[in-house]
Amino acid sequence: MEKSMKINFRLNKTLKSNIITYGIVIAAYIIVQLLVNAGQVSNLMKGLLVPICIYTIMAISLNLTVGILGELSLGHAGFMCVGAFSSALFSISMLDAIPNAGIRFFFAILIGAFFAALAGIVVGIPVLRLRGDYLAIVTLAFGEIIKNVISVVYIGKDASGLHFSTKNAMALNMAKEGTVIINGAQGITGTPKNSTFTIGVILILITLVIVLNLIHSRSGRAIMSVRDNRIAAESIGINITKYKLMAFTISAALAGVAGVLYSHNLSALTATQKNFGYNQSIMILVFVVLGGIGNIRGSMIAAVLLTLLPELLRGLNTYRMLIYAIILIVMMIFNWSPKLIDLRKRYFHKNRAEKERA
Amino acid sequence: MALLEIDNLGISFGGLRAVDNFSITIEKGQLYGLIGPNGAGKTTIFNLLTGVYKPNTGTILLDGENITGKKTVDINRAGIARTFQNIRLFKELTVLDNVKTGLHNAYSYGTVTGILRLPKYFKVEKEMDERAIELLKVFGLDEEKDILASNLPYGKQRKLEIARALATGPKLLLLDEPAAGMNPNETTELMDTIRFVRDNFDMTILLIEHDMKLVSGICERLTVLNFGQVLTQGKTADVLNDPEVIKAYLGE
Repeated sequence: MEKSMKINFRLNKTLKSNIITYGIVIAAYIIVQLLVNAGQVSNLMKGLLVPICIYTIMAISLNLTVGILGELSLGHAGFMCVGAFSSALFSISMLDAIPNAGIRFFFAILIGAFFAALAGIVVGIPVLRLRGDYLAIVTLAFGEIIKNVISVVYIGKDASGLHFSTKNAMALNMAKEGTVIINGAQGITGTPKNSTFTIGVILILITLVIVLNLIHSRSGRAIMSVRDNRIAAESIGINITKYKLMAFTISAALAGVAGVLYSHNLSALTATQKNFGYNQSIMILVFVVLGGIGNIRGSMIAAVLLTLLPELLRGLNTYRMLIYAIILIVMMIFNWSPKLIDLRKRYFHKNRAEKERA
Repeated sequence: MALLEIDNLGISFGGLRAVDNFSITIEKGQLYGLIGPNGAGKTTIFNLLTGVYKPNTGTILLDGENITGKKTVDINRAGIARTFQNIRLFKELTVLDNVKTGLHNAYSYGTVTGILRLPKYFKVEKEMDERAIELLKVFGLDEEKDILASNLPYGKQRKLEIARALATGPKLLLLDEPAAGMNPNETTELMDTIRFVRDNFDMTILLIEHDMKLVSGICERLTVLNFGQVLTQGKTADVLNDPEVIKAYLGE
């Protein structure tokens, strides 16, 4: 009797932590919706709501690779790029075939996730078999390559189907009524604006369910065992390559979903250094490191704060970047200084001990 | 038939013949000791047995099945589990999850079942919890099941490693210096635990150890290794009184 109660208690503990995480997202959503309805949110802030969802999903996705799998990915924006362009291409070419925006967007999300996952598998199969930090190097290259490849691709559509070229729009050889969908460096224009804050929050919740449930399952334990000790994991019969590839592919697919949100939030989508480049990948890595490697909730909060911060500080103008930097440093110290970690632990332990006595 | 038959096993690293012409036969249920001075090649033999290194010569038969040169993962599935000289636990996982990871291949449900939390997930996880706690109780670790493995004291970390290895359901258990760093009391306790594991799990155990009290106390047979070659093997008492063995350990 006592034994079974203890098992329940343990399950409840992880369950409780997960419920808090979901609760934070739902509460934030309700508060923002109330503020928007009351007219308390500026247009500038409204414009930030979907990007916040995008970066939150990216942070959770990258934390799966960095924190749970223990591999470094320096080109996560590349997977976002794959998801963004594949889904935008789908949405535009299906504009007439699937007139219902909701159904079309649903499939666009699946398409974006699928192609990003495919890219993850292609990158992962050769690299994840190796020991060492090769993934960081290869993903770094992947991010740059995919961005540059997309800016020289031309895709058009006419009655006879899709046309493809890497030269220019004329080389597509389309019939007269054909339209160019991806126009090289000018990217894609006319993607339907289907992304909304509500859909973004739903996708965050789905991402959370996938990642949190994965972590607390048989496969999740296998993934974390590879992170903690590869040799020991092998010695107890865990197929290392399989679980590395699984975690990395799921992570890439989720980044693809963030990319779908991104492309369907803009009418003109181009692959530039700014949105899918190295800096973007590093910024997402900053969310993960500041929020806590392996700490899903922390990286979510870091993503939201650091996306909002530059806008909130706009009034301070010249001091903006200075304050941004100081806040980064303070967050870093708060999360990683051994003394502060100790202090927090003691504080929590004291609280728990008091609760148990009561 | 013997559980483990190794014939003429050998491996070289560059010009160094680390293990040469190593042959050993271990019967089912035996508690077998592998001893020898530092650098004699004991851990190398464990690494050959578990597929970490591929042997240059020789064959390894486990329960009649040839496992020579197979991958570590497949060798574990064939029935060999091990512990490590320098403890290798999953430090950021709880004590319970360390053992449940060991149960990975014994209990199964798909990744999608886990993500969607289908009924099978709850059923199998419950079975795994029960089995893992049973194992932890053997080692007196059930009270600590929810703390991180890295927070366990040293002696208990060694025990947890044995529990995790047992969770994979092996036929043969390899223990690499299980008493290293333990005080005399902990060593005595460990001897009881090893005997208990052999008797209650029908286990065959091959162990490397420097602690002569443990070796003479529990091992039935010994093989002494020196410079990668078998110096002598036989019943524990005979081997320990062999003048050659004393010479190898203490010098002339």
